[in-house]
Amino acid sequence: MSTTTARPKAADSHPTSKAARVLADRRLPVMVTAALFLVMYAAGLSRYQNYGFGEAQVFLNLFIDNSYLLVAAVGATFVILSGGIDLSVGSVIGFTTMFTAWLVERQGLPLVLVIPLALGVGALGGFLMGYVIHNFEIQPFIVTLAGLFLYRGLCLVISKESIAIGDASVSSMAQTQVSLGGAFLSIGAIVALVVLAAAFYVLHYTRFGRRVYAVGGNEQSALLMGLPQGGTKISVYTVSGFCSALAGLLFTLYIQSGDPLHATGMELDAIAAVVIGGTLLTGGSGFVIGTLFGVLVLGLIKSLIQFEGTLSSWWTKIATGVLLCAFILIQRAMTARRKT
Amino acid sequence: MAEPRPVLEMTGIVKEFPGVRALSGVDFRLFPGEIHALLGENGAGKSTLIKVLTGVHTLDGGSITLSGRPVRFAGPAQAQQAGISTVYQEVNLCPNLSVAENIFIGREPTRFGRIDWKRLRREAAGLVDRLGLDIDVTAPLSSYPLAVQQLVAIVRSVGTADGEGAGTKVLVLDEPTSSLDRGEVLELFALMRRLRDEGVAILFVSHFLDQIYEVCDRMTVLRNGTLVGEHMVRDLDQVGLVQLMIGKALGQLDELHEHQLHADVGEPLLEAEGVGRAGGIEPFDLEIKKGEVIGLAGLLGSGRTELARLLFGADQPDSGKVTVGGKEVAMSAPNDAIGAGVAFCSENRKTEGLIPDLTVRENIILALQAARGWTRPIPTAQRDELVAKYIAALDIRPANPEARVGQLSGGNQQKVLLARWLITRPQLLILDEPTRGIDIGAKAEIQKLVVSLSEEGMAVLYIAAELEEVLRLSHTIGVLRDRKLVARIANGPEITPTRILETIASGEHQ
Ligand SMILES: Nc1ncnc2c1ncn2[C@@H]1O[C@H](COP(=O)(O)OP(=O)(O)OP(=O)(O)O)[C@@H](O)[C@H]1O
Ligand SMILES: [Mg+2]
Repeated sequence: MSTTTARPKAADSHPTSKAARVLADRRLPVMVTAALFLVMYAAGLSRYQNYGFGEAQVFLNLFIDNSYLLVAAVGATFVILSGGIDLSVGSVIGFTTMFTAWLVERQGLPLVLVIPLALGVGALGGFLMGYVIHNFEIQPFIVTLAGLFLYRGLCLVISKESIAIGDASVSSMAQTQVSLGGAFLSIGAIVALVVLAAAFYVLHYTRFGRRVYAVGGNEQSALLMGLPQGGTKISVYTVSGFCSALAGLLFTLYIQSGDPLHATGMELDAIAAVVIGGTLLTGGSGFVIGTLFGVLVLGLIKSLIQFEGTLSSWWTKIATGVLLCAFILIQRAMTARRKT
Repeated sequence: MAEPRPVLEMTGIVKEFPGVRALSGVDFRLFPGEIHALLGENGAGKSTLIKVLTGVHTLDGGSITLSGRPVRFAGPAQAQQAGISTVYQEVNLCPNLSVAENIFIGREPTRFGRIDWKRLRREAAGLVDRLGLDIDVTAPLSSYPLAVQQLVAIVRSVGTADGEGAGTKVLVLDEPTSSLDRGEVLELFALMRRLRDEGVAILFVSHFLDQIYEVCDRMTVLRNGTLVGEHMVRDLDQVGLVQLMIGKALGQLDELHEHQLHADVGEPLLEAEGVGRAGGIEPFDLEIKKGEVIGLAGLLGSGRTELARLLFGADQPDSGKVTVGGKEVAMSAPNDAIGAGVAFCSENRKTEGLIPDLTVRENIILALQAARGWTRPIPTAQRDELVAKYIAALDIRPANPEARVGQLSGGNQQKVLLARWLITRPQLLILDEPTRGIDIGAKAEIQKLVVSLSEEGMAVLYIAAELEEVLRLSHTIGVLRDRKLVARIANGPEITPTRILETIASGEHQ
């Protein structure tokens, strides 16, 4: 036992074929989604080119019409990457529309006050849910489900009817167009893109972002590695709460009213976008850029169906469901391969 | 010579789990600039003492002082900040992150508040290199075998120990060498000695007594959660140490040393012809007879595990054919192998074996039940009898079939995994590092069991990092090198570990 021989090279202990390497690449799902988007877009171009599908504005409308979904999905990406789930997203959005409309219309508060207030309430709610999840070790599914009901209930406490917003500053903001050559983006779309860029930076270039991945990879290990895993979890739900509230503000701007039933079930759209964007529901693997493509794919399905004209809008749901199944199967195949 | 003041002192430590008193009034001290072994049987309380120290478990009694000041940590993060860096028993890293990130996460180098990825990778490569590992640090951790992961965990802790003035006073290593081969163990020891000379206090847990005598200065022995004694390593010989650990003289080990390999190896059971897999192992021929023990020897990454996985269908061979008992078996999935009577006890109990939330009984019965099919439950009485028999045979502690496996000590978990496969009475049992993390007494028990199983006609493919272990048990030794089966050697008195090592080094058998 005392003789030593040449040290083994562990690097070649797993020489993988090219195909296996591609399959194991964590960026693959994002690339698949991006490719799917391009294919769908090209199909739209060839089918509806005479109806103006090729116009730049049609493309930019994808961002405008889905800005709130993108923001909500970015928040959900944080939660899902950390291995959790947030079901309260849709209710927070609905609540924020009510809360904002009520403050602006009924209380006459100026927007500069209302915006930080709404964001603060959303973040605080997320923080509290994260706190309960971490400190009482309750399934995030249960806690955020409670959040879902709670926020919906609060909407009705504010008012049973919808509140239209006639405030001039809101409508001028909603109508602002940021010109981009021949086409334009709305303020909401720009905010969403900024949020996306910020999320990308946070997830890839800050210690907090990397902790989110670590906790999602293996929570117990993260704890033993000396990472503040509890704080990370709480922060993740805070981020999601904040993003949901921001999405609520964008939704208010987009629709210019508060309604207790706004955005019902939108948490599921957000989760679907995240999963289609290649993030693993088990946590620890995925990219926020994928979420952008997830949202764009969902948005594109909607506008394709609009262009088709004769199809019922329920087809959007059916197409989403089919895609979701397909992507979960892809994920399954990938994780199975990675294990061996 | 006046003794310096201990850097760490734990007095009267008590820790209770529901139904188990894991530690009762243990004292432990650690001096700067020494390597201190913590010894004891499986379940003696070593890992628990470490986890109590670093705040993973809360203390039920006693006190801890670090550098003369009383401390009580709320968690590993705090312990790390106070200068205690730890490698826990099981590899505890994030499989989804790259090797480099696993080394640095929590203290990534930043520039203007932004993670400096270039520097992170460069420094990680440097640290890995110093331990003599040659791996791509940007690849995800999960793409490397267990031994490499264990080394990465060590690199992480040592990185904290001497990197950027982290001020590590205490380095805790809980069974860091359990899946390392000799070369890596030597690298690790060199590193430990260097740190010791720099004044770091090192706590080292291992079941390899030779390693203790090779590298440690002082040792503390635990038995059943109580302190048995603290000794200088030079004052106590191995026989005395084993007596302290198990509380009685150890006769059985000698028994095994003199044990003769039984000669009545039967007719061929499994034949592999040109079986291979690109990137895994080159095509090999192997014949295993009934009642034969074949040991596989080779360095880390030489293809031992890969060979075993092919014979079990865990990886699909892309050439050759396998026949079991004269019939060709497809080996496209483990189920094919199980159907043909092959069982595989994997080296990685954490990710591929045990279900921590199920009880010992449920974990043991799992494979047998699967083999019978879920529609034919095993009668309760028969089941309980079988489980009780194997708990006794392997000395699983606590001997309670209803205990949750996740709460067992590392070594006892390994025994449960072993019991699961033994109970299925396969024709060929593949054991990949079955004695990893198992104490010296239980190790002898398991080896005796392998011998008696083979006497009853079971064929065994035995993989172990320790060559002595392989030589003691095997009729035939298969030597692997660079993912190729280079030699099959019939065991005999003239075969020594040195001869095998020569074969590994030269790639041919004279
Ligand atoms: N989380 C837990 N819950 C309940 N009991 C536990 C828990 N962790 C450990 N134990 C029990 O405490 C005792 C000591 O276990 P410990 O892991 O410290 O042993 P060890 O000395 O490290 O053994 P090994 O050499 O096998 O690693 C065992 O009886 C074990 O079953
Ligand atoms: Mg232990």
